[in-house]
Amino acid sequence: MIRFDSISKRYPGSQDVLSQVSFQLNKGEMAFLTGPSGAGKSTLLKLIALIERPTRGQLLIGGKNLTKISRRKIPYVRRQMGIIFQDHRLLFDRTVFDNVALPLIISGYNRADTERRVRASLDMVGLLNKEKQYPITLSGGEQQRIGIARAIVHKPSLLLADEPTGNLDPALSWEIMGLFEQFNQVGVSVLIASHDLDMISRLPYRVLKLQQGQLVADGYPKGTRA
Amino acid sequence: MRKQQGTRQSPPLASPRELRQGASRGHQHSRLSGYFTLHLSMAIQSLGRLFRTPFATLMTAAVIGIALALPTGLHVMLDNLQQAGGNWDGSTQVSLFLKNGVSEDQALQLSHRLEQRSDIKAVQYISAEQALAEFQDQSGFGAVLDNLDTNPLPSVLVLHPLLLNDDPAQAEVLVDGLKQLPEVEVAQLDMQWLKRLFAILETIQRGVLIIAVLLGLAVLLIVGNTIRLAIENRRDEIVITKLIGATNGFIRRPFLYYGIWYGLFGGLLALLLVDIGIWLLQEPVTRLTGLYGSSYHLGLLDFGLATTILSAGMLLGLVGAWIAVGRHLNHIEPR
Repeated sequence: MIRFDSISKRYPGSQDVLSQVSFQLNKGEMAFLTGPSGAGKSTLLKLIALIERPTRGQLLIGGKNLTKISRRKIPYVRRQMGIIFQDHRLLFDRTVFDNVALPLIISGYNRADTERRVRASLDMVGLLNKEKQYPITLSGGEQQRIGIARAIVHKPSLLLADEPTGNLDPALSWEIMGLFEQFNQVGVSVLIASHDLDMISRLPYRVLKLQQGQLVADGYPKGTRA
Repeated sequence: MRKQQGTRQSPPLASPRELRQGASRGHQHSRLSGYFTLHLSMAIQSLGRLFRTPFATLMTAAVIGIALALPTGLHVMLDNLQQAGGNWDGSTQVSLFLKNGVSEDQALQLSHRLEQRSDIKAVQYISAEQALAEFQDQSGFGAVLDNLDTNPLPSVLVLHPLLLNDDPAQAEVLVDGLKQLPEVEVAQLDMQWLKRLFAILETIQRGVLIIAVLLGLAVLLIVGNTIRLAIENRRDEIVITKLIGATNGFIRRPFLYYGIWYGLFGGLLALLLVDIGIWLLQEPVTRLTGLYGSSYHLGLLDFGLATTILSAGMLLGLVGAWIAVGRHLNHIEPR
């Protein structure tokens, strides 16, 4: 699904934020990306979301080389992904329904399809009864789940999440993690950047560890995998 | 608050392959109707957003309206003047002074022949005697003229030409032709004033065109600046929709509709302003033309001109928005 071939990223006037990172995330695989602040987790996700371009190396997503993709084609690649942000990035002047419907509207779905999919998506995150409310009236956990509903409403084949449980209490965090597992079980590739080491160590998923821009570990937590 | 149980019962997601096929099939199926409903709903959404800030919208529309009303008003005035000028062609006269040897019968025959022509409205015959009598009456030389043995005045045919398209050149051609007639000594057309009027009108017309172009540019700038502010205000939203996979075209669209709406409202206001202006001028103009013995009325905006103003407004709005969007939208990229 995702392949990094010795990718380096350097911002003007700084050192390499990522250096020589290589890994592959298979179709239907779920993995965590971890490491201390400033290790390059966000940058790595931004490279996948085509927000940033690699300085060196090759990036392949879904078998296509996106290292030199033209700006015009970027939106169509992004539509195959669902991206979940730590700060939710919801539109506060629109209802929950309209927020979740956004990816479908962008792709030109008709009204009936849009309504059906938005309701299915909201149902999945358990917020079907809040579709007419505005995000500002919802709690942080609910807002995060709206963000997730929006990320999955167009049934992407890849789900990216940047610190999705960053500001949530443990119970809510586990709930959100349960949602990710659910999507993964139906074949969606999932990559989650998180520093919630306690949770990660208790889940049987692959962990990629970044430190100072380098991939220093790639494996499974002890005792989670037979 | 745990809704996990509920979500577990919801229909499971399909496999990725099914997902993609389903997605693309649904997409194909709904693309066309989706495209139109998308545009319609975007147009209405943009309108709704404008109505959410009615005062700001009205201000922008008013500036555009005034900018459009000025050249429109001038154009309408000019149009009315030209029509008034056209009406005055009734007072344009050509005097044919006939040669001495021409008898009254010959003169009347010529008068009949000329009356048949399509470019002449009416012909009036004034015999040499009538002319003398008139001259005696009006000049105050009555006693002196009585002493003359012969009548020095020629008989005259007074023509009222029919000028098409208010074209003074046409009258000149007519007079040149009449000069060739064997009975005619001199053909005279006093049309300097008419020529001058049309020359003045032409100059003003050019001036109005220049003003229209300048104010059109002003409308572009107004709309452009307004749209630029709207883009800045919605920066976050633009970033989010770009992250979700919106194309530049999708993001551009609501702003282009803003431009069109502003132009339309501005155009409507311009029509209103011009009609109010005409209505205010109606009474003094009627009094003025009454003094000239004419029952002339100022014409209101006709449907064609109104349509032109509205389309011009919308086009200027669209182009202004397009320029603003082209300049500012590309700078807004997610980080």
